[in-house]
Amino acid sequence: MTPWIEKQRYIIDFTISSLLRRKVKNIGLLALYTLIVFILASTMFFTYSIKKEAKLILQGSPEIVVQKIVAGRHDLFPVDYIEPIKAIRGVADVESRLWGYYYDSLVQANYTVLVPSRPVDKSQSNARTTVVVDPNDPHAADVDKPLYDYDGAAPEAGTIVIGNGVARMREIGVGDFMPFMAFDGQIMNLKVIGTLSAESELVSSDLILVNGADFRKLFGIAEQFVTDVIVTVKNPSEVGMVAGKIKKKLQSARPIIREEILRTYDSIFNWRGGMMIVVFSAAVLAFVIFAWDKASGLSAGERREIGILKAVGWETGDVIQMKFWEGAMVSLSAYFSGVILAYIHVFFTGSAVFEPALKGWSALYPHFSLTPYVNAEQLTTLFFLTVVPYTVATIVPTWRAATIDPDTAMRHTGE
Amino acid sequence: MILNPTIIANLLASYIGSFMLLYAAYYGVQILKHWNIDSGDELQLVLERKTYLISTVLSYVFGLQLLSLFLFIFTADALGPLFVGAMCAAGTLNVNGFGYPTLELKILNFILAGLWLVLNHADNQGYDYPLIKKKYWLLAVVAPFIVIETVLESFYFLGMRANVITSCCGSLFSSENVEGLGSEIAALPAKPVLWTFYLTMLATLSCGAFAYLKRRGGYVYAGLSLLMFAVSLLAIISAISLYIYELPTHHCPFCIIMEDYQYIGYLLYLLLFGGVVTGMGSGLLLPFREVASLKPLLGGIIGKLTLASVLMYALFTALVSYEILSSSLVISYEVVY
Repeated sequence: MTPWIEKQRYIIDFTISSLLRRKVKNIGLLALYTLIVFILASTMFFTYSIKKEAKLILQGSPEIVVQKIVAGRHDLFPVDYIEPIKAIRGVADVESRLWGYYYDSLVQANYTVLVPSRPVDKSQSNARTTVVVDPNDPHAADVDKPLYDYDGAAPEAGTIVIGNGVARMREIGVGDFMPFMAFDGQIMNLKVIGTLSAESELVSSDLILVNGADFRKLFGIAEQFVTDVIVTVKNPSEVGMVAGKIKKKLQSARPIIREEILRTYDSIFNWRGGMMIVVFSAAVLAFVIFAWDKASGLSAGERREIGILKAVGWETGDVIQMKFWEGAMVSLSAYFSGVILAYIHVFFTGSAVFEPALKGWSALYPHFSLTPYVNAEQLTTLFFLTVVPYTVATIVPTWRAATIDPDTAMRHTGE
Repeated sequence: MILNPTIIANLLASYIGSFMLLYAAYYGVQILKHWNIDSGDELQLVLERKTYLISTVLSYVFGLQLLSLFLFIFTADALGPLFVGAMCAAGTLNVNGFGYPTLELKILNFILAGLWLVLNHADNQGYDYPLIKKKYWLLAVVAPFIVIETVLESFYFLGMRANVITSCCGSLFSSENVEGLGSEIAALPAKPVLWTFYLTMLATLSCGAFAYLKRRGGYVYAGLSLLMFAVSLLAIISAISLYIYELPTHHCPFCIIMEDYQYIGYLLYLLLFGGVVTGMGSGLLLPFREVASLKPLLGGIIGKLTLASVLMYALFTALVSYEILSSSLVISYEVVY
């Protein structure tokens, strides 16, 4: 085994010095290669960590959300429907919710307006929307804070609590008044009594918490309706069954299970990441053509080099091995530097380049930094998407170079 | 279709592999038709050069084949949450009818590819291309399988519809379900299977040691190593996995490759695949011992292959035994369903 390793070492040694002799050409290739890896890696890191973030947040969401559907559209939920749902065995609690969107023409943004139904510790559901991070993460304790810095009770009539994004956009804070135009054209002035924590911005940036009476006045919703209800089921294996029973009892209801939401988010981000990769595949293709061209267009010097090597006793197999190591070195350097650069780009600079395409858009977009999350799956996929095409593109040119006859190679350069 | 980066990578690897293989097979057929080592014809010179290209291409393809086998299982595993009832690869592969056939073909192709590389290596040792026709016949046999695999894999991924209700590994490989191959294997009682596993392994290892030391009984060892491969897979499903999960009802061959079990599955499968390829490879080379140009070298190669195979199986057994002994699961009586 040792002579084999020794031989490879000498070949690698020779390859490195030969690569360094043609610095400019090789650095150009390396830079382009790194750029390709960087783009793809950024896309993947971003989508995977945002998927993970969504999963962590949704863990605290209610087991079942029940909406009413009229003509296939989401409609207000009659309060009468709550009792039949409560009567289903296995249902621990039913909470009605009042929420909606308010368009602020002043700053051209949509707010989410929500009435907190009851204080957090009085709620039957153990679902707390907290930003929980991976327990193995040493900094977990720093982030593991509840979304609101307050107890979850609805604000008193005439007052509101606003999210950080709203505060930033309207340039208002605690004690200021915020005007709203109600459904009938009347102006309502509500007083800001608090803002939500900056840590929760991913989910609370555009949030406004109001009192139930104010909400009904603002949107003109009668007492016998709510927006939807959330159902708490104690036994997780009964969730599907309970959802089925709700559907059976109330034909016009649409129960949505937490797992379905999770799955949908997964699909959406898979799709966005995949879409970006399909778009960038044109770039990868261009790069592969470039690599092919680079590998097949041997300069006179390189031809002479191979000719001399073969004349002094190298075999075709040895030249192929040399080219293999050359490819491996270029690929691995580009791969690792691309991955490291992408890591810095996504997790330290907030992926300045791709943010708009991957996150979606909104006038009131949250500011947040992603928790670094990289796994073997991403790295393997990346390897397959970049190194494999490069390698394939260089095989035939490599062989062509390695099978040059020594005399032809040297004679050509002599011309 | 689910547009997931990992799926794109899988398909890309498959297409590239098939394309390169077809390219190589095309020249392989040329070689089969026109090869004449005694001729100094221009065509013969071109073909001799092409052999370098083909063996380089195929080494890449077969390396890719190995990686893509694991990537495929990995992808199937990672897609689990997208399907109702699927918790790991066992459920995801069942999403449509193409999942398991693809996996089985991938395993078969991996073994065939490994055998081809063994033959290629032996051929390169002789100065007069002694095995060239056999080598390219084998290539002609392997190529259609890999193309079929690519087609099946495309159908599998393109036909995926998220949210299809599939059975998760809990019901597919659990002993309560009496239909399907998976549950039949799982329903085999754990203890007799373990005894069979250890006895067969003992026979295989001693036969291997005999073949290595005395240079006899090579064919028997090649046969036994294939048998051992099948027995080991059975043992993993019906007994060994129980000890790794420490759960007497969970018979899943895929969950062991997950992070929760320290990725132990990758090591186990790698040893097992390595063992079967080297073991069968040694048998494949046996008929060519008398070829003149290979005579001085082939004995050494066969010996090395046998040794490698025996060592890998031994390591596999050691690892499995360690898992069983260190597991807190004790099977004191069989639960009969």
